Amino acid sequence: MAEPVKTVADLRIGEKGTICGFTDEETSLKLLEMGCLPGCEIELDRKAPLGDPICIKVCGYNLSMRLEEASTILLS
Amino acid sequence: MKRLKVALIGNPNAGKSSLFNYLTGLNQKIGNFPGVTVDKKTGVSTLSAAVQADIIDLPGTYSIYPRSLDEQVVFDYLIEALRNEAPDILVVVIDASNFKRNLLLFTQVKDLGFPVILALNMLDLAQKDGLDFDLVALQKELNVPIVEINARTGKGIDSLKAALVCPVHVAPDIFYKSAEVAQPVVAYIRNRFKIKSDYMALLLAHQHKKTKILTEEEKKDISDLVEKHHLQSNSLQYRETLARYESIHTIIHKVMSEDARQGKVRWSNNVDRIVTHKIWGYLIFLGILFLIFQSIFAWSEMPMQWIDSGFGALKGFISSLLPEGYLRDFVNEGILSGLQGVLIFIPQITFLFAFIAILEESGYMTRVMFMMDKIMRPFGLSGRSVVPLISGVACAVPAIMATRSIETWKERLITIMVTPLMSCSARIPVFTVLIGLMIPDTTVLGIFNLQGIALMGFYLLGFAMALLSAWFLHKWMGGKFKTYFIMEFPTYKLPRFKNVSTSIIEKVKTFTFEAGKVILAISIVLWVLATFGPKEAMLHAEQSVPMDTIHIEAYQNKVASAKLEASYAGHFGKFIEPVIKPLGYDWKIGIALITSFAAREVFVGTMATIYSVGNSDDELSVRESMKNQVDQNGDPFYTAARAGSLLLFYLFAMQCMSTIAIVYRETKGWKWPIIQFFYMSFLAYSSSLLFYQFFK
Repeated sequence: MAEPVKTVADLRIGEKGTICGFTDEETSLKLLEMGCLPGCEIELDRKAPLGDPICIKVCGYNLSMRLEEASTILLS
Repeated sequence: MKRLKVALIGNPNAGKSSLFNYLTGLNQKIGNFPGVTVDKKTGVSTLSAAVQADIIDLPGTYSIYPRSLDEQVVFDYLIEALRNEAPDILVVVIDASNFKRNLLLFTQVKDLGFPVILALNMLDLAQKDGLDFDLVALQKELNVPIVEINARTGKGIDSLKAALVCPVHVAPDIFYKSAEVAQPVVAYIRNRFKIKSDYMALLLAHQHKKTKILTEEEKKDISDLVEKHHLQSNSLQYRETLARYESIHTIIHKVMSEDARQGKVRWSNNVDRIVTHKIWGYLIFLGILFLIFQSIFAWSEMPMQWIDSGFGALKGFISSLLPEGYLRDFVNEGILSGLQGVLIFIPQITFLFAFIAILEESGYMTRVMFMMDKIMRPFGLSGRSVVPLISGVACAVPAIMATRSIETWKERLITIMVTPLMSCSARIPVFTVLIGLMIPDTTVLGIFNLQGIALMGFYLLGFAMALLSAWFLHKWMGGKFKTYFIMEFPTYKLPRFKNVSTSIIEKVKTFTFEAGKVILAISIVLWVLATFGPKEAMLHAEQSVPMDTIHIEAYQNKVASAKLEASYAGHFGKFIEPVIKPLGYDWKIGIALITSFAAREVFVGTMATIYSVGNSDDELSVRESMKNQVDQNGDPFYTAARAGSLLLFYLFAMQCMSTIAIVYRETKGWKWPIIQFFYMSFLAYSSSLLFYQFFK
């Protein structure tokens, strides 16, 4: 069995990761436009008080998204 | 004089609207893009002594591929330039502090083949973040005129105007070679539709199903071709975006140097540790809401009184000018009351939008959405619905106008549909009278007033019903666009007075002219209904009251009451009596239900006329006279069951012509206001029916 893949939704606050792919084609298009490119380093900056949505640092700016969307970003 | 057509395009938060305000001043007009509910902001700017420009401010977009209604508008505008008059120049506004992401849209727009000018904004912020630009090298790489601007201070606006006057040369170089990925399709479309760029042809291949400029036959031809060559729109788009970012990386290496200071973001993040904190975050939000309520309830009371007394004086003046009769009544009660009903909202609209503009400009609104999103999501709403929904407690009219900031049409529509269920301030007089009839004025647990608790209960009930209705609408509507919450989390910025004031003026104008028409019309109709009646009945009504020369005021009140009964409104009240009887209402309440349509608080005035109270401003005396009404057995007519049933009706029913007018304006049609009217009437009727039948 393959090792479970890590996604942005699994990051802890302050933890970093490098994008290696996406699982949802349509969401990935939006994410690319917002600057989340494969090879980009991202950091989980904070979570909303109820744990969802989250806010990540990418390309020198902050981007917020829901956990559901974050879980489509695969990390290496 | 020469007239140019200029369009502003750029990412959200790039400073496009501030630039637009600087270029056009107050010379702007808000119209509609045909067929959609997105505002079209246009304005005129004088560029030089000999040249003027019609400027259009396109909605903010991250990419040329549309994912929301706003973005669809941008795409349509650009693609329709094929058939209609094309813009002479496109100004792409770029946020330098977010250069890489902003450049994506620029490369797309540039490849379309329009003359393009790049307006580089927020260079000062970028420098603070440690980004340094070599503008000469940038100009060489992008091969378009570049103007450095500061849309917050107005710096560089003159240079931009000067650049717009000069003819812009369209450089032949492109960032992404569309022809290579889909040669036969691109070539065919270019040839058939006489398109000047490969990229425009490729976009048409991607989006042909959605555009309005193609005939069905043309769409089918393109579809067949796309299928024949196995073009996969999504994966093509994916590859295109990656390829564009690759070119952008190359450019950035040549023109930008970065040292990792990141001062601005860090400062913003520190503020956010408190502002989006588990406890402090919600407390601060609550505090801000409290301030907004204060402003809408308390601060606007004074100007509202001025408007009221101004109209009172005007009516008095008309009365002294015109002889007693229908003309005077028509001017005073029909036209002036209608105008009053429009203008009375202006103070509340002004305050609410001052706050909303400040919250949006400063970047705080994004934090609110961030904190509230999870709570609202199960109901088909998002964090963006929170402020409009809560503003509905003051007044649904400005609240519904505030839904503009909701990007997704479905979410916005649901918010518009349920906001009138929030108990607005016009319900307070009605609640005051009716709760007094239903609930005894006693104290429980030592400190809590039972009537106060009941009042709060009705507010909560309205809120719960709003969420429940939102959930039903959400399930019923399904969705065309996928909803995303992937959004930029902007750093905090100081709000600009100019943008705040423009926003307020724009909202007040929209309300007064768009919704005002409908309110005035309905007000006149209601006046006619309550004033005129079948001739004989009216005459009889007047004569039926025995003349009383001693108690002249009491006599006049009785005549007014008899006349209202004989009017068309009275007849209508009797006509609907069989329908409302199961709710416990008689025809007198029927009249009040009809006149309340002007505004809910009119209930009190109508009750005063019906029961010949005279002084309609005094809620207590109206309540007293209602308390004294007896049914045919001599028992009190307004039992707890009846009062409760009426309360529920006023809580849920859509009895507000101003709200209907604003929903009509915001949804650009009668479909949604009609649906809203019926579903709210259904809620009101069924809950009142159940309540009355159960408790009577």
